[in-house]
Amino acid sequence: MGRSARWTGLAFVAPFLILYVVILFYPLLMGMGISLHRADLFGARTFVGFDNYVRLFGDPIFHQALGNTLLLTLMIVPPLTAIALGLALALNRPTRSAAWLRGLFFSSSVLSVTIVTLIWRFILTPDAGLVAEILEAAGRPPIPFLSDPELTIPALAITTIWWSIGLPMMLFLAGLQQIPADIYEAAALDRAGPWTRFRRITLPSLRRTLILVVMLQTAAQLQLFGQAQLLTAGGPSGASRPVVLFIYEVAFVRWELGYASAAAEMLFLLVLAATLLQYWAVRPREEG
Amino acid sequence: MSAHRLSPVAWILVLLGAAIMAAPLLWTLLLSFKANGELMRDSAAAFSAPYTLENYRAILQGSSLLRWLANSLIVSLGTTAGMLVLASLAGYGFARIDFPFRRTLFVFVLLGLAVPEQAVILPRHQLFATLGLHNSYTGLILPGLVGPFGVFFMTQYFRAIPKELDEAALLDGASRLTIFWRVLLPLTWPAQATLGVFTFLGSWNDYWWPLISATRSERFTLTIGLASSQMNYAQTSGLGFLMAQAVFASIPILIVYIVFQKQIVRAMAGTAAR
Repeated sequence: MGRSARWTGLAFVAPFLILYVVILFYPLLMGMGISLHRADLFGARTFVGFDNYVRLFGDPIFHQALGNTLLLTLMIVPPLTAIALGLALALNRPTRSAAWLRGLFFSSSVLSVTIVTLIWRFILTPDAGLVAEILEAAGRPPIPFLSDPELTIPALAITTIWWSIGLPMMLFLAGLQQIPADIYEAAALDRAGPWTRFRRITLPSLRRTLILVVMLQTAAQLQLFGQAQLLTAGGPSGASRPVVLFIYEVAFVRWELGYASAAAEMLFLLVLAATLLQYWAVRPREEG
Repeated sequence: MSAHRLSPVAWILVLLGAAIMAAPLLWTLLLSFKANGELMRDSAAAFSAPYTLENYRAILQGSSLLRWLANSLIVSLGTTAGMLVLASLAGYGFARIDFPFRRTLFVFVLLGLAVPEQAVILPRHQLFATLGLHNSYTGLILPGLVGPFGVFFMTQYFRAIPKELDEAALLDGASRLTIFWRVLLPLTWPAQATLGVFTFLGSWNDYWWPLISATRSERFTLTIGLASSQMNYAQTSGLGFLMAQAVFASIPILIVYIVFQKQIVRAMAGTAAR
């Protein structure tokens, strides 16, 4: 290969690589730098070391936001995974009705967060929502889903599950298609019941898909933002404010960029830790 | 398991789930066909006639929604086209040509998969402010182009194409660019379609970045525009109009979903199989 040919490959890769460095890698480093400064949106900066991080550890509003994010993740990921798996098992058949139902359960996933919250606002709101109308018809008072501090997080969780059920269901369906049918035939000869077949064949075969789903969903829900901002504005008094909304408010309402960046780095670590933990979980048995 | 019949209890649960999925969509649709004044008195009016197309006519008679729709189309199509070009070029380079630091650079790109948007969005906002890119189409499109997934995906696809194809063309004296353009690119159509659909969906529904980058109404994308009218709900022409906006704004993306359903399902199968 000639000397000029050695660099041809680089020419193909360069356009992407340049953008990647400028718009992703450089901001990543810049963010770590800003988190060590007191900085406003207009560029005035003073180096403060780890002060922002220390402040985060003592900030009750950040603690509340972190707690909300973890609670939301816990209230969304396990039910979402279980429902998606159940749907995939039920709808993994070649009938026309199953195809229609798969389409229905996936349809909400293509909507944007704005439309999803617009729809759910007028399901949940006590003055004109669908739930309130149904309750009224049954002679019961409306439920203040979007203003009762006990109910805002469940309301966000339900909205999110409705919105995101399609993708994990599709992933499980794809996983089910990979299981060879003859394993089930052999199990049927051994007179294994449905529960045994599920526990001994289906679940172990879906192990990788299961971990993939939990991993993707955990990473997504730790970063939950739009639903909370649009449906409840994080309220009442922060009861439903997740970490990303905290970051958004500190940066663009309070204009404290350094402090917001420190919170963003903490969230980055959290997402990274969750991802690594799940990678580690998938490792051991796969070597065998 | 697929050969077995579903028990009645399971069927009831699935149908209950289907009702919960469908009810919000139907409710939105019903509201969008009602006169705003009637809904103001009682939104239960949505369940009975008369229905009207008034709200949709109001949208078509020049609300900002058409402007936002055009912005969304420009940004999403621009992002999709840019992504396909960059990812195909880089994928071919990584998969087919040996050059210094190739492996290192590929790993460097893959590392980007672990970086969540939150870790870069604030400094990126600063950077774009310095470059004067806010409230511009370029500013809205660029961040959508640097996701490493596209490069990873195209590299895998090029690797799966038999090497004999390019080697024969190289012996015939064709340049790398000719081989890429004439020989290999036409073979990657399925991958282009899949990557294209996902990039389009992602860009169309993006919320965080346009929220902070497009602050002027004439540069709002649909997601941001609808968010702003949702928050100023009291000042809009009413519930029916708001819901008609939601329905209207969902139509393009539902068309994409219906047309490209096969690609979407196949891509899922691919993800799960890896």
